[in-house]
Amino acid sequence: MFTAILALALLALAFGLLLGYAAVRFKVDSDPIVDKIDAILPQTQCGQCGFAGCHPYAEAIAKGEADINMCPPGGETVVMALADLLGRDAKPVEGGVKEKMVAFIDEQTCIGCTLCLQACPVDAILGAAKQMHTIIEGECTGCELCVEPCPVDCISMIPIKVAPATWTWPYPATSTKPEQAS
Amino acid sequence: MTKPTSTTTAAARKLWQFHGGLHLPDHKSLSCEQPIQPAVLPKRLVLPLQQHIGAPAKPIVEVGERVRKGQTIAQPDGFVSAALHAPTSGTVVAIEERAVPHPSGLTAPCIVLESDGEDRWVELQPHGNWTTLDASELRNLIREAGIVGLGGAGFPSFIKLNPGARTEIDTLILNAAECEPYITCDDRLMRERADEVIAGARIMRHALHARRVVIGIEDNKPEAHAALRDALARVDRSDIELVQVPTRYPTGGEKQLIKVLTGKEVPSQGLPIDINIVCHNVATAAAVHRAVEHGEPLISRIVTVTGRGVATPRNLEVLIGTPVDDLLRQCGGTTPTLSRLVLGGPLMGITLPHSGLPITKTGNCILALAPGEFGQHGPVRNCIRCGECARACPANLLPQQLYWHARAKDFDKVQDYNLFDCIECGCCAYVCPANLPLVQYYRYAKTAIWAQARDKKKAELARERHDFRTERQEREKAERAAKLAKKKAALEESPAADSEEAKKAAIKAAMERAKAKREAAGVEPKNTDNLTADQQRQIDEAEARRATEKKNESANERE
Ligand code: SF4
Ligand code: SF4
Ligand code: SF4
Ligand code: SF4
Repeated sequence: MFTAILALALLALAFGLLLGYAAVRFKVDSDPIVDKIDAILPQTQCGQCGFAGCHPYAEAIAKGEADINMCPPGGETVVMALADLLGRDAKPVEGGVKEKMVAFIDEQTCIGCTLCLQACPVDAILGAAKQMHTIIEGECTGCELCVEPCPVDCISMIPIKVAPATWTWPYPATSTKPEQAS
Repeated sequence: MTKPTSTTTAAARKLWQFHGGLHLPDHKSLSCEQPIQPAVLPKRLVLPLQQHIGAPAKPIVEVGERVRKGQTIAQPDGFVSAALHAPTSGTVVAIEERAVPHPSGLTAPCIVLESDGEDRWVELQPHGNWTTLDASELRNLIREAGIVGLGGAGFPSFIKLNPGARTEIDTLILNAAECEPYITCDDRLMRERADEVIAGARIMRHALHARRVVIGIEDNKPEAHAALRDALARVDRSDIELVQVPTRYPTGGEKQLIKVLTGKEVPSQGLPIDINIVCHNVATAAAVHRAVEHGEPLISRIVTVTGRGVATPRNLEVLIGTPVDDLLRQCGGTTPTLSRLVLGGPLMGITLPHSGLPITKTGNCILALAPGEFGQHGPVRNCIRCGECARACPANLLPQQLYWHARAKDFDKVQDYNLFDCIECGCCAYVCPANLPLVQYYRYAKTAIWAQARDKKKAELARERHDFRTERQEREKAERAAKLAKKKAALEESPAADSEEAKKAAIKAAMERAKAKREAAGVEPKNTDNLTADQQRQIDEAEARRATEKKNESANERE
């Protein structure tokens, strides 16, 4: 009987520690430079950089294991900000910059399998087993991770519509030769 | 300046000067001599739900609904927003995305109204005796009338008439400068409807509890000045001061006019209200008068149609939503040499992609430019660092530095140089000998910075949600593992502890049951009912023997 109680107590302690560790591990980061890099990354969590998400990529950059131009969703802006932060040279984004997209579920086709829901890194999909699923548009990062798992191909990525209020003036196209800033 | 007098400031009034600015050919005589003409009632009006700064209005009519002139067709959505009214009577034929007059050339939600030609008003509720209304009632009337700043960006006027509980307004400035070349809509308004402007100024002053009102007008509009002076004399208002200021672009800039009239500087990225001043355009004042004293919502405005690209330039009173096409046609059509259609003035306006777009509340001027008509049109060269731009900048900025940093997309630096104090007046680009599209760079940088701020906000939300999800997954994993372990442990516990004995006991019990069965079956044949005592004794003896024999047997076996 005593062994049983001891075993349970040890187990409880072990998992308690694990939980505590998880909480610490994903809330506070000990490395400030990783945080600074992570703050620049777009948090799309798409894995296009070759890492499991933005934070792992930030860690890899901090360790010098990854270049600063591997994040297509971040585009030129992120490369420039990283170059600035780390004192490295900016360079074109690996794989080119893509249009911003948002996922869309064809609700007639959705069978409610929850596979996309499990794939979404930011919980932007609303649904339950055997119920139709919906994307919360404002929270979707456009990472496309939900597209592949869908067994009935009902998820498509649609470009985010630019409205007059979110439109940006184009960078002036002039014919002068590039010069150095003073 | 024809008559060097004004009702209240016969003595030389001290004026200040802002840094920079330009003397420009004003081209105002093209359009300023013809009286305002009402624009022909259009067949179709397109009314963008957003004609102001803030949130788009929310439609409260349905497709197919018949509306009267002046009826509210869209309500303000939130605090910073403005209502929209039917500019004429007719039928709502669509509520859909339509091309809007915006530099992006994009579409936005609009209400499309087909006029029935009758132009029938809703019943209006005038408040002739507005002095009995308090400030908040006045603001409400102005809000419901959909009035926004008619001079520039279109900020909802009722907000700029609300100083807040603790701020005392010293001066209400009425902006009558109209400093940008070509534009004469305010000039004509003041000449023809000076009484409305003064009446509006008084209402605004009442709403603000402003200590005084100062009307600032450039000295290239002597007729308008005279008209205002006469109107002031008629109502005998000595607390409204009419001041002529030197003509210099961009005196009509809010901060610049405040500097000229009061010598005060609005702090960087601040508002006039920070220094107890509120500034409104003269046309807005007239609209306030109409809204309060006639109950008329803002459904029309005066638009200057001008430039050498149009046959007969003039000012038209235009219903909001009228297509630019109609206006050009009424002014004799465009000339074959038309090179560019601009909404607004030549320095601050935006190029229109085509003339099918509607006039909105902020559309003060349609400028049809002939080739080479205004400004420099040379090839773009490299910056020669001449510093002309800095000398011209009325906001006291360093346009050259802004240019370099905007061009290098260094958005931190460009903000360090106070990009957001730039009023996009175009003085720097006008004087630049290298013909650099400087303002384009600043507009690009400003909108790119806003976009970045939006992205950043979105990224923060995504990070939060991702962290939350990761945490939840870890927790669920841990919980699942804990549950599993507990279940296993629990399963083992009850038999678990003394499993050996339990097993043995179970086996023993089973064996015993089997043995009993066996014995009952044959080894102990029983015919023992109704036994006599003798019989019983014999049986017992036999049993005892057997038992001993058995014992011996087993003893032998063991040996
Ligand atoms: S590519 Fe960019 S957005 Fe996608 S996971 Fe990597 S860092 Fe994050
Ligand atoms: S909904 Fe799809 S595309 Fe959007 S964030 Fe989730 S997984 Fe990515
Ligand atoms: S005016 Fe033009 S050329 Fe001269 S310093 Fe400014 S940007 Fe350069
Ligand atoms: S556009 Fe901006 S930088 Fe150029 S002169 Fe005007 S305020 Fe100065």
